[in-house]
Amino acid sequence: MEPTPEILQELHHRMVRIRKFEEAAGRLAEAGRLPGFLHLYVGEEAVASGVCVALTDEDQISSTHRGHGHLVAKGGDFNKMMAELMGKATGYCNGKGGSMHISDLDLGMLGANGIVGGGVPIAVGAGLANQYKDNGNVSVVFFGDGASNIGAFHEAANMAAALKLPVVFVCENNEYGEYTPREATMAITDVVDRAAGYGMPGVIVDGMDAVAVYEAMVEAVARARAGQGPSFLECKTYRFYNHHGVQVLGMKYRSDEELEAWKKRDPIDLLEARMAEMGLMDAEAAAAVHARVESEIEAAIQFAEDSPAPDPATLLDDVYTLAGGAA
Amino acid sequence: MTATVETATETRELTYLGAFNEALRQVMREDPDVLVAGEDVGKAGGVFGHFTGIAEEFGDRRCFDTPIAEQAIVGLGTGAAVAGLRPVVDLMFMDFVLVAMDQIANQAAKLKYMFGGKATLPLTITTSGGAGLSAAAQHSQSLEALLCHIPGLKVVMPSTPYDVKGLLTACIRDDNPTVFVSNKRMLGVKGPVPEELYEVPIGSAHTVQSGDDITVIAYGRMVPESVAAAKKLAEEGISCDIIDLRTVQPIDLDAITASARRTNRVVVVHEAVRFGGLGAEIASQITEHAFDYLDAPVGRVAAPFSPVPFSPHLESHYVPDKHRIADGIRETLGRPAPGS
Repeated sequence: MEPTPEILQELHHRMVRIRKFEEAAGRLAEAGRLPGFLHLYVGEEAVASGVCVALTDEDQISSTHRGHGHLVAKGGDFNKMMAELMGKATGYCNGKGGSMHISDLDLGMLGANGIVGGGVPIAVGAGLANQYKDNGNVSVVFFGDGASNIGAFHEAANMAAALKLPVVFVCENNEYGEYTPREATMAITDVVDRAAGYGMPGVIVDGMDAVAVYEAMVEAVARARAGQGPSFLECKTYRFYNHHGVQVLGMKYRSDEELEAWKKRDPIDLLEARMAEMGLMDAEAAAAVHARVESEIEAAIQFAEDSPAPDPATLLDDVYTLAGGAA
Repeated sequence: MTATVETATETRELTYLGAFNEALRQVMREDPDVLVAGEDVGKAGGVFGHFTGIAEEFGDRRCFDTPIAEQAIVGLGTGAAVAGLRPVVDLMFMDFVLVAMDQIANQAAKLKYMFGGKATLPLTITTSGGAGLSAAAQHSQSLEALLCHIPGLKVVMPSTPYDVKGLLTACIRDDNPTVFVSNKRMLGVKGPVPEELYEVPIGSAHTVQSGDDITVIAYGRMVPESVAAAKKLAEEGISCDIIDLRTVQPIDLDAITASARRTNRVVVVHEAVRFGGLGAEIASQITEHAFDYLDAPVGRVAAPFSPVPFSPHLESHYVPDKHRIADGIRETLGRPAPGS
């Protein structure tokens, strides 16, 4: 199904939002203004955007270490995100989660996850709830090539298929599990080969092409909503920054040449070129989108910096749900 | 707190297992969001029979078999709980908790806190622990200390059919991840159980018998063993105050310290290995809250620091019994064993 101009605008907008947010987060981290770890999503924007544009607000996603992009793509609020990254009381998790646990249950974003593969069984559980309530919602698992080697992934993929749950498995194959190349950790080239072992249909998608991801996702979501069970998308993509932090070039485990080759297929550039060709967006219009998002980011940084730190008195809040509904 | 409450309905004798099954049925009848998933829990009714007839009564959408995949079983429950259901997931043996530990400890227990309170996790994990069936080292463990160490979890280990029904009901209705541990050797034990649905509050201990000379703190199968030991000791003129913790996370510190301050001597009894067990925590709490009242160090009767052995000849030396409990109590009291 060829996406409408509105869908293309939406894909573009969400990718730009992710890119700008992540670049700003990287700059803040470099300046020592963000505590903790930072795993940037830059380069992989087409995957989160293509997937989430095919979803409703009620559909759920579970995320990874590299979760900011997923939350932005699901409609995340810049202010609450930036405040959470800075550990402020106004953040999504009141400063208790940070980058690795950022979440918005109202948007169906079931959390970034500090454990590789840890979110996979949880999304499958959300799929069980959707199937049981017969509400037509779908849950989506984002996971990396590295996570496809961990037991939780295999257990949950088999479980989802055995129970015929409305789940879509989206593998972001960026060719490296942290700092180790894929070929050192698995004997197959395409992670999607694993889908067959669970009786799940799977396709390989160009993960730098938001339109291709969107189109494949529309099909997988329709299948899940129709009660035909889970399917598997392997999105071939690449992260432009290091696994952790803001380093780009000069890394020992991968070559600058490889990075430069992937950057020639920057997902935002690709979509902008396509939209220009279609007469949907000229350079000026694209620049306007970038500028608008940048100013939103600046406002979010200001909001986060102006926000109070969490009150130490809240340290022990929310370990448990208290009886009577209070938290 | 007393063992029984005034009830509007009849109280009959039920087994520990029967009380579990009845509580589950009654909770499932009142709440359509409760469903059960686990290995062999469907038509087979669970390997010990906890779930007998549940799939028949409620259908296979509400009680179904899963793959043998403990991480995915707990994750299934966690995700379903976050998404609005009130699932019960079964881990056949408590030893298998270890297979699922990431989903239990890093995910279910922490999601609420990590998300700034915005998640609610009404998840119940049921499992069966305890030694004494020659089930050897991977099917006999008492691993409650590991679970009690994880903020976010609640853990119950009932010793009577009455408490089984009341605590299982409380666990399923609780909006937090709870772990309900059946004791495998107690499944056929009978006791009075009201027909109506009721809760035993999580975190509330029960005084099994009152006494003046020493406080004995136990839970699970060590409760009846301690009662048997106390009966023998009564003949020697020793009067035991026996506290059944019932819940091991959170522990009922008020009940423990009140008794310790009165008797001035305490022994903690558990099936789990002694090193790093609940006894260590309880002893430490007592020294913090009742140190000036103590006439002796807090004693511990527990399993030695080894895996659970297979042979009945070895296993009977491994699990504490009434004789070893009586010895431990005498030691803390500074009394010689009879005939010595």
